[in-house]
Amino acid sequence: MNPIILENISKSYDKDKNLAVDNVSFDVKEGEIFGLIGPDGAGKTTIFRILTTLLLANSGKASVCGHDVVADYKAIRGMVGYMPGRFSLYQDLTVEENLNFFASLFKTSIKENYNLIKDIYVQLQPFKDRRAGKLSGGMKQKLALCCALIHKPSVLFLDEPTTGVDAVSRFEFWEMLNRLKEQQITILVSTAYMDEVEHCNRVALMQTGKVLSIDSPENIVAAFPETLFQVKADNKHKLLKDMATYQGAFNSYASGEYIHISFEKDNETDAQRMQEIKRFLADKGHQGIEISLAKPGIEDCFLSLTKH
Amino acid sequence: MAEPVIQADKLTKRFGSFTAVDAISFDVQKGEIFGFLGANGAGKTTAMRMLCGLSSPTSGQATVAGFDVSRYPEKIKKNIGYMSQKFSLYEDLTINENIEFYGGIYGLSNKDLKRKGKELVDMLDLQAEAKKLVKGLPLGWKQKLAFSVAIIHEPKIVFLDEPTGGVDPANRKQFWEMIYETADKGITVFVTTHYLDEAEYCDRVSIMVDGQISALDTPAGLKKTYEAANMNDVFFKLARNAKRSGD
Repeated sequence: MNPIILENISKSYDKDKNLAVDNVSFDVKEGEIFGLIGPDGAGKTTIFRILTTLLLANSGKASVCGHDVVADYKAIRGMVGYMPGRFSLYQDLTVEENLNFFASLFKTSIKENYNLIKDIYVQLQPFKDRRAGKLSGGMKQKLALCCALIHKPSVLFLDEPTTGVDAVSRFEFWEMLNRLKEQQITILVSTAYMDEVEHCNRVALMQTGKVLSIDSPENIVAAFPETLFQVKADNKHKLLKDMATYQGAFNSYASGEYIHISFEKDNETDAQRMQEIKRFLADKGHQGIEISLAKPGIEDCFLSLTKH
Repeated sequence: MAEPVIQADKLTKRFGSFTAVDAISFDVQKGEIFGFLGANGAGKTTAMRMLCGLSSPTSGQATVAGFDVSRYPEKIKKNIGYMSQKFSLYEDLTINENIEFYGGIYGLSNKDLKRKGKELVDMLDLQAEAKKLVKGLPLGWKQKLAFSVAIIHEPKIVFLDEPTGGVDPANRKQFWEMIYETADKGITVFVTTHYLDEAEYCDRVSIMVDGQISALDTPAGLKKTYEAANMNDVFFKLARNAKRSGD
């Protein structure tokens, strides 16, 4: 049985005025890193709170480690680790006190599962007598992860662990998660950074409570339905404006150093299309025009899915 | 023609024995989109606070919008706009009330306020929501509104501190289109972000490491210097060796 199963889960707030999660179903397999990818308001945190038995869904069924989230909520609480989006350790306890506290709550000790947190804890060791509230953002994040791991959970829930963290620290955090995965811990993790998708085995792309697509990152990219070109010219802002007026395009937007422009598949060849765009831009007075086929990324897929 | 609106000369801030910002020097030109990047703890926030007149330098100097940051911090506050991901609008005020409040604080006359407020609501297509509380708006719209409010007094420069965190891709793109429009009007945009694809949208980018500016150039120039395929690689090459880590 898969360690996380959601069937048609819906949840609304404010007397049903605000549908936060809209009929969401997915399974997470054992030892998988599964990503909930989407902006603020996608419903990610609500799903975490339902799965960690902190919130009741309006409808649908969900189970974690074979236990129903409503009937067997107590069993689930002992088996999972949860790192909420907001830092929620005791600010007035030291690093070591926090860790000891969480270990004793789960009737274990730092020593017993030390091998699991060792890699992360050695980085915290120099600050072990510092109060948690006085730690830097990156250190708080590491401590929260240690506290969520101290009882060797079967499933780990991480709600936006990398939000507001710089690119290097984000990369290091994902390296840590990969090492945990090797220990057969199932991980459900959410992020608003599209580029982090590559670290997940499978992802659910979400927006405003709905799942847009569930698959491996490779398959999502392979299923990109349009033809995508990347365009460059000397005056980028003018290029962005002009491309927005190009007739017959499905979508166009800035993407890194290029403007991406996509077209629904039709009979026109790519070479023809590129010639036409080049001519269009030359007529508008652009200099230094470069155009080629582009490899879509997750962000392109997300934009395409939300536009359809 | 160079017309700097920010000039920093060996700008330094120490807290006790800790040098948060270590003698940084740079210029930002009128109408430029300037990306201010760095790892957590590199000193970006401290540097920005000095440039906004909220914190006074330990040594070195800087002028912003023509005023010295140590001597005329109040003048600076009148001539800049500021918005951040964390705090920008009052959630329990309506859109119109927020516009009125900020416009008033920035010293707009009632007449200007009325005209500008209407322009702003029309431009963002928020007519139907204008009398509703800000807290009901989706994040993408909130951020666009916050940005428009931050430049309602047509400042010389606007500081944006991680303006697009958590915003969905489509709204993030639209937000950058607004940044371009603003820069076209001659307002300088000083922006921090953790999205490195957004660094590509800037005219020039500086990267802070351990309190110092390690690199400053156009995105193309940086990629060439560091033999990197994209800004992500540039950032990694520079920030990977950072000794400090923090917020």
